[in-house]
Amino acid sequence: MVDPRANYDVIVVGGGNAALCAAISAAEAGARTLILEGAPKAYRGGNSRHTRNFRCMHGEPMAVLTDSYGEQEYFEDLMKVTQGNTDEKLAKLAIRSSQECYAWMVEHGVRFQPSLSGTLSLSRTNAFFMGGGKALVNAYYRTAQNLGVDVLYEAHVTHLEREGDRIVSIDVEHQGQQHCLVSKAVVVASGGFQADVDWLADAWGPAAKNFLIRGTPYNRGVVLKDLIGQELESVGDPTQCHAVAIDGRAPKFDGGIVTRLDCVPFSVVVNKEGLRFYDEGEDVWPKRYAIWGRLVAAQPDQVGYVIIDSKSLELFMPSVFPPIKADTLEELAGKLGLPATRLQQTINEFNNACTEGRFHPTELDGLATQGLMPPKSNWARPIDTPPYYGYTLRTGVTFTYLGLKVDESAQVQGRTGPMKNLWAAGEIMAGSILGQGYLAGFGMTIGTVFGRIAGREAARYANN
Amino acid sequence: MQTIELVNLDAIAEARRQIEICNACRYCESYCAVFPAVHSKRAFSDGDIQQLSNLCHNCRGCYYACQYTAPHEFGLNLPKALAEVRQESWESHARPGAIAKIFHRSGTALSLFVVLAAALLVWLIQVAPKSSGEGFYSLMSHNAMVLLFVPAFTLPILLILLSLRGYWQTIGGEPVRWRHVVGAFGSIAKMKNLSGGHGDGCNFEAEDAFSNSRRRYHQATMYGFLLCFAATSVATLMHYGLEMSAPYGIFSLPKLLGIPGGVLLSIGTLGLASLKLKADRELADARVWGGEMAFVLLLFVVSTSGLALYFLRETRLLNELLSLHLGAVLALFLLMPFSKMVHGFFRLAALIRDEQCKA
Repeated sequence: MVDPRANYDVIVVGGGNAALCAAISAAEAGARTLILEGAPKAYRGGNSRHTRNFRCMHGEPMAVLTDSYGEQEYFEDLMKVTQGNTDEKLAKLAIRSSQECYAWMVEHGVRFQPSLSGTLSLSRTNAFFMGGGKALVNAYYRTAQNLGVDVLYEAHVTHLEREGDRIVSIDVEHQGQQHCLVSKAVVVASGGFQADVDWLADAWGPAAKNFLIRGTPYNRGVVLKDLIGQELESVGDPTQCHAVAIDGRAPKFDGGIVTRLDCVPFSVVVNKEGLRFYDEGEDVWPKRYAIWGRLVAAQPDQVGYVIIDSKSLELFMPSVFPPIKADTLEELAGKLGLPATRLQQTINEFNNACTEGRFHPTELDGLATQGLMPPKSNWARPIDTPPYYGYTLRTGVTFTYLGLKVDESAQVQGRTGPMKNLWAAGEIMAGSILGQGYLAGFGMTIGTVFGRIAGREAARYANN
Repeated sequence: MQTIELVNLDAIAEARRQIEICNACRYCESYCAVFPAVHSKRAFSDGDIQQLSNLCHNCRGCYYACQYTAPHEFGLNLPKALAEVRQESWESHARPGAIAKIFHRSGTALSLFVVLAAALLVWLIQVAPKSSGEGFYSLMSHNAMVLLFVPAFTLPILLILLSLRGYWQTIGGEPVRWRHVVGAFGSIAKMKNLSGGHGDGCNFEAEDAFSNSRRRYHQATMYGFLLCFAATSVATLMHYGLEMSAPYGIFSLPKLLGIPGGVLLSIGTLGLASLKLKADRELADARVWGGEMAFVLLLFVVSTSGLALYFLRETRLLNELLSLHLGAVLALFLLMPFSKMVHGFFRLAALIRDEQCKA
């Protein structure tokens, strides 16, 4: 139990990767530190629980990372996905600092492993956490607690009281009781707002009610909303979020990695009317899965249907739910709730547009349809070998991009200048760097880099 | 066509459900041999699940790393699910299975068996022929001991080999090559599957904190047991081959092997028992906690009574200690096919099979 009257130097709001990096850094700088984690212990760690790697710059092969991945290439990759919608200074700071993060993470208990089977394409750019994000979170909580950091779970921060350029107190509800905590410095690292479906619907329209939330149900953006409401500078567009196409049977929240479906490139995807709506073979799946989140969101009822045949069943990573299986397309349509005649017609048209050629599942093989709209540019093989398999696709939101504006010391910006004792790290400020799009593993890089900066700066302020 | 007794399908079905989730995630790939074996397949037969269960060393790294453990609706607890399949695979392949079930699950039954065996020895020592030799052969002749222990050792070993044959058929094992055996013994020698993949060890006794304690205590137990076994074997050879009979001096081979072996076995088993008290029972097969604990303690009794027998051989306690030690050894031998002892044989088979699959 934490004493609400205790004098903390630094209070960290949030309990994921960025919050833990901040708390550890603050404690190592001598600050008496408290973590306020909204989730119960079993669900601690925010979206970090579901992560598996961080994107890491390196000049030569380094531990589990192969080859090299320089600052320029890293930055160009970021420019490609964000289409320039980034803060160059902050982005370069994150990229440059990522290399030294690796050793820091190992020192603080994180263990790495070679890139996982099925993810070979990331072995050069991304360092995988052994056991995944929850193992990382566990290691950081142990490290933090060994450094004397106090942790309060199920601590719901409802309001940060602002007076001019300072935060003077924090309102927190814990086990049905209201507390008002005071500390010299505050770090907010409480994530985005994706679990607040009403807020998503405000930004996206009612379609958002049908979205699935891939990560923690505890990132409801309460602190973000509270601070934006107090005229702190925000960045990013509330309609921007990282959204991917996932198995439609996934749970509403917290389905994580196992709900992804990698079979779209080998399939025909139709909407609930049985009609195709986009080129399934435009590019390799790691470069396209985020686009499909938005494509599916634009379809009636925000749902898509992936149809494959037995030729393709073993070409992609298995997912958590077995596919719907049928001996005929008509039967499959019945099981999926699709109009059978229309589906048959769509597949016939597709099959007739397929051409002869070499099929190669792991590279752009150029095996394209002819005279079909929309086309399928690669991996276009007729769907003709029963049994047939189907999956439903829905939009799965990973995180939102609307956030607080920070500077290079992670200090939160007010309208008339920086807040003296408020820092932000992780998804709550990632919108500064990720205006749109996403680069695998970059969220954890931002959280680690800015979490460490925020913790160090908050402790420095508190110590003075 | 030989009929293979089926392991409880509920346990297998539950493990399969969980394994399929793991196969869609793969975050635990580097922890141990289980995950690469999972990731190399898309569908899992009953035999596959039994094989995976015997590859699992219950280090629990995957449980604490898992984002899908309860209260998450996926409710993963892979160490428990595999422990239950593993337990049932041992019991179902044992002959007779009903006896295995009793001694695996009931620590009381196992303890009573030890007491009965010790009592039997008290009686045997009274009626058995004595030899004129020194030490404990003055209580029971070497030939009498051999007459008792050779069948008490070989018949259970035969039963274990029979159950291993059943297991090997169930998992679809292929002809064994030398390199498979070398690979498997390499894993066992270092207890690689309790290293956590990174060398920091298991998550056994203090939630998600890594520790090599269990690995080290297990090594002490295993190497201690092997040293004791070697000491007894060497002594038998010396007795018959070189006509050198016990008691042996402290610098003789049986003692140089046996005393360190006994000390290691005592320390190892005591350590394992104390870790077992701290570990969360819900991350293993809770039904056999008592039987497992009794088995660890039986090993402890075997080693400490053996050491005591050596150090107190000149005292009036010789008779009682000999009864206790020989009784415990007799119980251990007889219960080999029906107790936790089989885990070593099944793990070896599973690791050999794993080497085959990797090749």
